[in-house]
Amino acid sequence: MIKFFLMVNKQGQTRLSKYYEHVEINKRTLLETEVIKSCLSRSNEQCSFIEFKDFKLIYRQYAALFIVVGVNDTENEMAIYEFIHNFVEVLDEYFSRVSELDIMFNLDKVHIILDEMVLNGCIVETNRARILAPLLILDKMSE
Amino acid sequence: MPAVSKGDGMRGLAVFISDIRNFNFRNKLSADNDSLWKVFSRCLSTLGSRTVAKGKSKEAEIKRINKELANIRSKFKGDKALDGYSKKKYVCKLLFIFLLGHDIDFGHMEAVNLLSSNRYTEKQIGYLFISVLVNSNSELIRLINNAIKNDLASRNPTFMGLALHCIANVGSREMAEAFAGEIPKILVAGDTMDSVKQSAALCLLRLYRTSPDLVPMGDWTSRVVHLLNDQHLGVVTAATSLITTLAQKNPEEFKTSVSLAVSRLSRIVTSASTDLQDYTYYFVPAPWLSVKLLRLLQCYPPPEDPAVRGRLTECLETVLNKAQEPPKSKKVQHSNAKNAVLFEAISLIIHHDSEPNLLVRACNQLGQFLQHRETNLRYLALESMCTLASSEFSHEAVKTHIETVINALKTERDVSVRQRAVDLLYAMCDRSNAQQIVAEMLSYLETADYSIREEIVLKVAILAEKYAVDYTWYVDTILNLIRIAGDYVSEEVWYRVIQIVINRDDVQGYAAKTVFEALQAPACHENLVKVGGYILGEFGNLIAGDPRSSPLIQFNLLHSKFHLCSVPTRALLLSTYIKFVNLFPEVKATIQDVLRSDSQLRNADVELQQRAVEYLRLSTVASTDILATVLEEMPPFPERESSILAKLKKKKGPNTVTDLEEAKRERSADVNGGPEPAPASAASTPSPSADLLGLGATPPAPAGPPPSSGGLLVDVFSDSPSAVAPLAPGSEDNFARFVCKNNGVLFENQLLQIGLKSEFRQNLGRMFIFYGNKTSTQFLSFTPTLICSDDLQTNLSLQTKPVDPTVDGGAQVQQVVNIECVSDFTEAPVLNIQFRYGGTFQNVSVKLPITLNKFFQPTEMASQDFFQRWKQLSSPQQEVQNIFKAKHPMDTEITKAKIIGFGSALLEDVDPNPANFVGAGIIHTRTTQIGCLLRLEPNLQAQMYRLTLRTSKEAVSRRLCALLSEQF
Repeated sequence: MIKFFLMVNKQGQTRLSKYYEHVEINKRTLLETEVIKSCLSRSNEQCSFIEFKDFKLIYRQYAALFIVVGVNDTENEMAIYEFIHNFVEVLDEYFSRVSELDIMFNLDKVHIILDEMVLNGCIVETNRARILAPLLILDKMSE
Repeated sequence: MPAVSKGDGMRGLAVFISDIRNFNFRNKLSADNDSLWKVFSRCLSTLGSRTVAKGKSKEAEIKRINKELANIRSKFKGDKALDGYSKKKYVCKLLFIFLLGHDIDFGHMEAVNLLSSNRYTEKQIGYLFISVLVNSNSELIRLINNAIKNDLASRNPTFMGLALHCIANVGSREMAEAFAGEIPKILVAGDTMDSVKQSAALCLLRLYRTSPDLVPMGDWTSRVVHLLNDQHLGVVTAATSLITTLAQKNPEEFKTSVSLAVSRLSRIVTSASTDLQDYTYYFVPAPWLSVKLLRLLQCYPPPEDPAVRGRLTECLETVLNKAQEPPKSKKVQHSNAKNAVLFEAISLIIHHDSEPNLLVRACNQLGQFLQHRETNLRYLALESMCTLASSEFSHEAVKTHIETVINALKTERDVSVRQRAVDLLYAMCDRSNAQQIVAEMLSYLETADYSIREEIVLKVAILAEKYAVDYTWYVDTILNLIRIAGDYVSEEVWYRVIQIVINRDDVQGYAAKTVFEALQAPACHENLVKVGGYILGEFGNLIAGDPRSSPLIQFNLLHSKFHLCSVPTRALLLSTYIKFVNLFPEVKATIQDVLRSDSQLRNADVELQQRAVEYLRLSTVASTDILATVLEEMPPFPERESSILAKLKKKKGPNTVTDLEEAKRERSADVNGGPEPAPASAASTPSPSADLLGLGATPPAPAGPPPSSGGLLVDVFSDSPSAVAPLAPGSEDNFARFVCKNNGVLFENQLLQIGLKSEFRQNLGRMFIFYGNKTSTQFLSFTPTLICSDDLQTNLSLQTKPVDPTVDGGAQVQQVVNIECVSDFTEAPVLNIQFRYGGTFQNVSVKLPITLNKFFQPTEMASQDFFQRWKQLSSPQQEVQNIFKAKHPMDTEITKAKIIGFGSALLEDVDPNPANFVGAGIIHTRTTQIGCLLRLEPNLQAQMYRLTLRTSKEAVSRRLCALLSEQF
C-alpha cells in the first residue's frame, strides 16, 4: 500500500503531499524534511529505494523536483518506480512540458490527476486518456 | 491538449503564489521555454537578485503568508456573503499555504459549504480541501456525510466520483456507518459507470480496513470476485486491490478469485501488446495490473485444479521467457515495466515454492541482474534471491552466485545494496561455504558502514557458531570479531562464546591459549578483556604448564588491563582473581595483596568494594576444600536458543530471520553437540561469578506443544474451524479461584502468562485480558479466540476485537472483552489461544471465569425482611441445598470475604445463630432481575458446611450453589 505521495523540490519545499494514512499535521513537516534529506544525500550510483523507518521510500528526480512515494512492504518497488514516471508523463501531457510552476499554480488539477491514479493508497488507473478525462470535462465547463 | 491557463483565472491566487514564489528560486521539471518563466524572472529581477539571503526570504514568506491568512480570515468572517468563486479562491490559497507547512485552523466550514455547490469546480475544491486537511475524527464529518449522501444520490458520475474519493480518503468510522451498506450496491450494480465502480471498489477497501465489522460479507462478495472478469481493465485494477485485502482476511470466501485471476493474467501476458490499447505501457501489456494479479495469487497456495495450475505455470514461464527476449523498445521505461512484472512473478514462484524448474530459472534470471548496470536491479535481485535461498529447490542454485555477491560487497557504492548483499550471504550460508562467507564478512566489517556493523557482527557470530565443525575456528572468529569491531560486539555475543567454550571441553585449552595471546596486544578491546578474564579464570590452568603463560604471567597480564576498564569489567576480573586463588595457590599471596589494597577495599564503587572484601575474606578463612567447592569450574550451560539469534530477530523483525531459520533448521544438524542439561548444582554452587549467568535469561525452550489429541472439548466444539486444545492442566482450579475475585493471573506456563482484570455492573461487564510473552522471542500468528457453546451464546454476549498477531518478546498485549448477561447461564466460555513460537505451534485453552455471580448486586436488608422473603421462596424448586466437607481451614474472616467477593451482601445480625453467614443480592440479566438469598452454616466439629440458596429461578439457585460450594 502507498502511504504517501510527495513532490518536494531541492530546497525542501513541498509542492504536493498526499497522505493515504493519517499523519498528524505537525509531524508531516518533520517527516517531509527527513524524507527529502535522505533523498538529497544520495548519488546517482545509489539505488532509488531507501529503507526508511518501517517503510520504504521510492523516489525519482526530475530536474530539481523529487517525487517520493512511501510504501509498505506489500508493494512492488519497480512497479511504483515506473508508476512515478507514468504520473509525470500524464502531467507532461496535460501541461505540455510540465514545470514546477505548473504544479504550484494548478495544485487542484495535479490533485485531480493523482486522485484518478491513486486512491486509498492503491494504484487505480494507469490509462492516460482515462486519467485525464475528468480534467478535460472540467476545462470544458470553465471555458 | 488545451493551453492551461495558469491559476485557472483566479488572479488573486496567481498573484499570491507568485509573490511567495519570488522569495524562492526557480525550479523547473523539463520545460526550458516556459513563457511564464519570463514574467517571473522579471518579477525576480525587480526584487534585486536571485541571491536573496535564505533567511530573509523565509522571513518575507512568513510575513506575506500571515498577511494573506489575516485577509482570508476577515473575508470569511465579514458580513458580506461570499460567492462560490471567492470561496473557492480562498480555500485554494489556504491549501497552498498548508502545503508550505503552515497550520491551517480555519476555512473548514467554508470548504464544507463548497461541497453543496452545483458547480463542479467549486465542489471539487471543497472535496480536495477536506481530503487533504480534515482528519477522520473531525466534528465536521456529519456535515460532510450529508453532502456525500446527496452526491451519491445525484446519479451524476463525476459528483459520485468526488464523493467516493472523499470517503476513500477520509474513511472515518462515522463514514463507514453511514455508507458501508450503500457502497457494495454501487459497486456491483449493473448500471454503474466504470469510473464510479473503480472508486467504489477502493472506497469499500478503505471502509473495510478502518471498520471491518461494518462491512459484512454478503451477496455482493461473489459478484465482486467476478469483477476480475470485467471488460474494463481499470475496474479490474481497482477490484484486484480490494479482493487481495478481502482474500487475506477471508481466504475461503474468495477462493474462486484464484482461477479468475489466473485466466485474466494469462490473457494479459499472452496478448499481443496491441490488444490492450491504452493499458499498454511502452509495449508492456498492463504492467501494474499484472503485478496486482500476481500479488493476489500470493494470498493462496498453488492452485489445486491441474488445469488452472498448468495455465499459471505457462504464464510464469512466458514472463520468464520475455525477460530473455530482445527488448521491444530501447527505452528504460519498457524494461522497468517488464522487470516489475518479472520480479512479482518471481515472488509468486518463491511463494509457491513447488516448481523446482521455475525456481531455478528464477534464480538464473536474478543472477543475471546481479551484474546489471542498473543499481535498482542489483538491489532488487539481491533482495529476491535472499528469499530464494531458503527454498530447498533453489538453495544450491543461489549458492553458485557466491562470488558475484561477495564482489558486490566489495564494490557496491550504495550502502543499502551492500546491506542486501550481506543479507544474501547470510541466507545462502551453509556448512560448505561458511568459512568463506564468514571470512568475507569479517573483512568487510573492517570498512563497513557504522550503521550496519552491529548487525554484521551478530550475523557473523551466528554463522560461526552454527556451522562450526572445528571449534577452534569458532573461537578465532569471535576473537577476530572483537578485535575488528569490538564496540559493536554486544553482550549477547561474548556471553555466547563463553557458554560455548564452557560447554565444550575440547576447545577450552585452545580458547585459553588464544585469549592469552590476544591479550598480549598493547591495546585490546574491553570486550576481549572480559572474554579473556572469564576464560582464563575458568581454564587458565590448562596453559599454566607453559612457562610463557605461567600463573603469575597470566595474572599480571590481566591486571595490567584492570585500571583501564569500566566497573563491570573490573568486577568480572576480581572474580577471575579469586578463581586464580583456587587454581593457582602460588599466586594467592599476590592476589590477596591486590585485594587488600585501598583502591579495592575502599573503592568508591560499592560492588567492587564488596567483592574485594568478600573475596579477600574467602581466600583467608576458607580451607582448600571449601575453596575448591565454591570456586569450582562452571557447570555446562543449559542448551537454549542462542541469545544472539534472539537479538538479531529483534533487530530485523521476525520475518526476515525466522523464515530463514525455519527453512534451514532441517539442513543444519545441531552443531552444539548437545551438552548435558545443566545439573541442579548450577544453583547450589554459589559461584562468585554467578552474576555473569544472567545472560538475558531466555527460558529453556518448551518441551513441545501441549498434547492436543482428543480432549473432550474438541468434541463438544467440533464445529469450530480448528482443533482446540483441551483445557490446560490446572485450569479448573484457577477458574474456581476467580469466582470470588476479578483480578489476577489466570494461566501461566513457560511461554505465556494470561492475566485478568475485570469489572461488572448490573448485567454488563468488561474484562481486560493481558497476554504476556515471557520469552525473548516473538510470538507469531497470535490468535486468541473466545468459544461459547450455542447454548451459552444465547445467554451471554461477548464482544471483542482481534489482537495484533505478533507479540514481541517480553511484551504484553491487551484484549478487552465486553460482556453482557442476556439471561442466566451455567457454562463458562473457553479462551483458546493459538500462536507460533519459534518453529512450533502452540495451542492453549483455558476456561474464562465469567460466572453468573459476577452479575450480582448486593442488597442490604434487615433481619425481618430477610426472613419474610426467605419464606416467600419456599417452594421446593426455588431452594437448592448442598452439604459438603470443608476443603480449606474454616476461618470466619476468610469466609466473610469470600461471600462478599461472590457478590452478595453479607448481612450481619440476621441469623439467630451468629456462627452462620447470611447473604442477599440480585442477579441482573438483560431480561430479568433475580433476587437471591443464601445461608451458609458451618459445622466446625464435623468440618462441614451446609449451603442453602433460595432464588426465584431454579437454574439460578443450582448454579450459584454449585459455584459457591467450591469456594470453602
